[in-house]
Amino acid sequence: MSLTEASALAGNTHQEKYVSTEEQQRQIAARLARQRFQDAAFRKVTLSFALLVLLLLGAIIGSLIWGSYPIFEKFGFGFLTSRDWNPVTNEYGAANAIYGTVVTSLIALLIAFPVSFGIAIFLTELCPAWLKRPLGTAVELLAAIPSIIYGMWGLFVFAPLFAEYAQPFLTKNFGDIPLIGQLFQGAPMGIGMLTAGIILAIMVIPFIASVMRDVFEIVPPVLKESAYGLGATTWEVVRNIVLPYTKAGVVGGTMLGLGRALGETMAVTFVIGNTPKIAASLFEPGASIASTIANEFAEAGEGGHIAALIGVGLVLFLITFVVLALAKVMLMQLSKREGART
Amino acid sequence: MSTAISPLYRKRLFINRLALTLALAAMAVGMIFLLWILTVLVIKGIGGLNLAVFTQMTPSPGSAGGLLNAIFGSFVMVLLGTLIATPIGILAGIYLAEFGRRGWVAPTTRFVNDILLSAPSIIIGLFVYTIYVAQVKHFSAWAGAMALAIIAIPVIVRTTETMLLLVPASLREAAAALGAPEWKVVSYVALRAVRAGVITGVLLAVARISGETAPLLFTSLNNQFWSSDLNAPMANLPVVIYQFAMSPFENWVQLAWAGAMLITFSVLAINIITRVVFRQRTE
Amino acid sequence: MNAVLESVEALPAASPKISVKNLNFFYGGFQGLKDINLDILERRITAFIGPSGCGKSTLLRTLNRMYDLYPGQRAEGEIIMNGKNILDKSQDVNLLRAKVGMVFQKPTPFPMSIYDNIAFGVKLYENLAKAEMDERVEWALNKAAIWGEAKDKLKQSGLSLSGGQQQRLCIARAVAVKPEVVLLDEPTSALDPISTAKIEELLHELKHDYTIAIVTHNMQQAARVSDFTAYMYLGDLVEYGVTDELFIKPKKKETEDYITGRFG
Repeated sequence: MSLTEASALAGNTHQEKYVSTEEQQRQIAARLARQRFQDAAFRKVTLSFALLVLLLLGAIIGSLIWGSYPIFEKFGFGFLTSRDWNPVTNEYGAANAIYGTVVTSLIALLIAFPVSFGIAIFLTELCPAWLKRPLGTAVELLAAIPSIIYGMWGLFVFAPLFAEYAQPFLTKNFGDIPLIGQLFQGAPMGIGMLTAGIILAIMVIPFIASVMRDVFEIVPPVLKESAYGLGATTWEVVRNIVLPYTKAGVVGGTMLGLGRALGETMAVTFVIGNTPKIAASLFEPGASIASTIANEFAEAGEGGHIAALIGVGLVLFLITFVVLALAKVMLMQLSKREGART
Repeated sequence: MSTAISPLYRKRLFINRLALTLALAAMAVGMIFLLWILTVLVIKGIGGLNLAVFTQMTPSPGSAGGLLNAIFGSFVMVLLGTLIATPIGILAGIYLAEFGRRGWVAPTTRFVNDILLSAPSIIIGLFVYTIYVAQVKHFSAWAGAMALAIIAIPVIVRTTETMLLLVPASLREAAAALGAPEWKVVSYVALRAVRAGVITGVLLAVARISGETAPLLFTSLNNQFWSSDLNAPMANLPVVIYQFAMSPFENWVQLAWAGAMLITFSVLAINIITRVVFRQRTE
Repeated sequence: MNAVLESVEALPAASPKISVKNLNFFYGGFQGLKDINLDILERRITAFIGPSGCGKSTLLRTLNRMYDLYPGQRAEGEIIMNGKNILDKSQDVNLLRAKVGMVFQKPTPFPMSIYDNIAFGVKLYENLAKAEMDERVEWALNKAAIWGEAKDKLKQSGLSLSGGQQQRLCIARAVAVKPEVVLLDEPTSALDPISTAKIEELLHELKHDYTIAIVTHNMQQAARVSDFTAYMYLGDLVEYGVTDELFIKPKKKETEDYITGRFG
């Protein structure tokens, strides 16, 4: 472009006090070049930090595989199925821990799902407007309490009460039913698989309830109003309109809770009893992967103990990864329907 | 139209009432547990709360002491962890919100980020142990801070991205309409507009990592004495609580409860304050 | 009628500031503008009217290449300003936008003080000493007829002003960088009648120094404010002419139908 064109574009209108010069033009050109460079640099820098997050995941999986390699080399897949966990003889089998993790999490889910569902319905359909925010916050506060607190409360407060009142009640009333009765046999010690499952339930309720509440609120009011307009009761609207509409979200939220429960360490460690075994009764103590790692790492000696612990850690990570990935996919499906960005 | 209530309708009303009562009961159950836990904390913790807690070091079993080194250690490691995580989280969040419309990086990162958000924190501890502690052959506060940072990053990434996406297009366009380059539109206008929300995200991350125990178990370990050496094991509240609570010594258990109360109420305070402040800004 | 002709002749002859030639615009596969040809004259107010979806905002947003922010939107054709085709890839977009300012439908004060709102745009391209910047801020706020209301609150947030005041702040902000053209996209549709009247008065003042293009869905506003009006429908430029002529004796039946409210 010519000097006059450039100076015209650069701001030389009839109002300008200063006269356009070559210097002016140079300055503008330099400024533009600098801006282009800054924009490109900005993009690259932010991109690299986003990639860092990806790298982190890869590094975690990679390091777990590397750290546990000796154990898998030694035992192969038997590591996952063997019930022998004996640091003294260097025999390691993860089955007990895996069992404990899965069972406690399932118990937690069985209890947490209906309760969270109830809380979500309450917050979206029943709650008076002025109470919605404080109660919603209160539910979220439950999630914010550090897990070690749950552990302590569970061990010192809940477990004794559970042993004194709940366990005998369960044994007396359900102990004789064939099959199910097996679950409730044994000495009422207070700690054990069932207790751990209950504590976990209390911990994941706020997570699941929050997700459910969020997805319930996305349902278009007109949809609900159409149902009410036909004379449906609140429960009927929830059951027939809200729930089908938010199906993916509800499942996703539940799986999110499951993912949390699987990985929970401190709360479980306090009350599960830390005895690697598989037993029929839920009153028996057991061990989860996380609690095993937490308990034994400090004193882990040579001979593959650490590698074994990292090995179960890898198993745990893979299980939670799959569960969380599925949860995310479910939640994304619901968002896609809304046209929103996840 | 019949004015009599048909049996079908009566049944429907009953089911409705039942369902809603159960929902109310569920809410009540949740609140009962919350109040129960908090009350227990106060009852058991307040007895052990005295000046000594804040002025003396963790004692050996049977003797008197406090939690000063643990409080200090937690403070230092949470601070370090936050300082490391915040720039990483905000910059990655900016990328996801601003440049995430095309290509594979943004959706994949978002997916991975959400998984890391809920990943078991003990695994993070194992990770830092394997790549750092095992290599340098000692536990340290740095390792603890690193583990906490890794837990904090996904929280900050998520809140930053969510906040930036809330900035109305017209505000961005107004800045672009003045000829502002992209990086200025983001840093000076968009980010500033949601400053409060981003800070909230950072504070929530702080609250989250303040209470984490598992990742510190094999990174910073614990330290019975006062230490400000970042390359050595450092005392911290969660691990101290864990150690003391499971022990048979009464003074230790008492201190554990006091520490538990301290952590819980700090964390809850941060949560409540950020919610109150943040909600005010968006209204 | 004679009075109208006189007023038209009284306007000094103006040259085209922006020439739009064979402009076609696409949102992905959908064509938003079809072969638009018109000249926007220097230091006049040109209004764009038409029903929703006719393409008037789309056209406005090509003039400062705002659509560039969104992948999938593209323009074909030429828009000549100062002898150069601004649609060309070699045109620096940021520089263009410093010369072609825009005010939006919703007031968009930046999250900064009133002073900083004005200074932000200026600082992008000029290095002014504090005294000069103060002068420029005052000048811009005066131009937007809001200096009196703002001068005691320069340090307060831009968000502390009322809606009408915020919009005048945005106009001040656009004017402060001394653009050549100011684009306004339905600037008063979110405001009350009094603020609207103030801003229309402002536009009459501003046109002495700037070329103005305004999109409005309010025909009366177009008739009150503009020198030239373009009526658009479904991406086509149906009619373009001197405002008074277009409103009193439109050349096309479609224009007449729209103006008399028979549709749209």
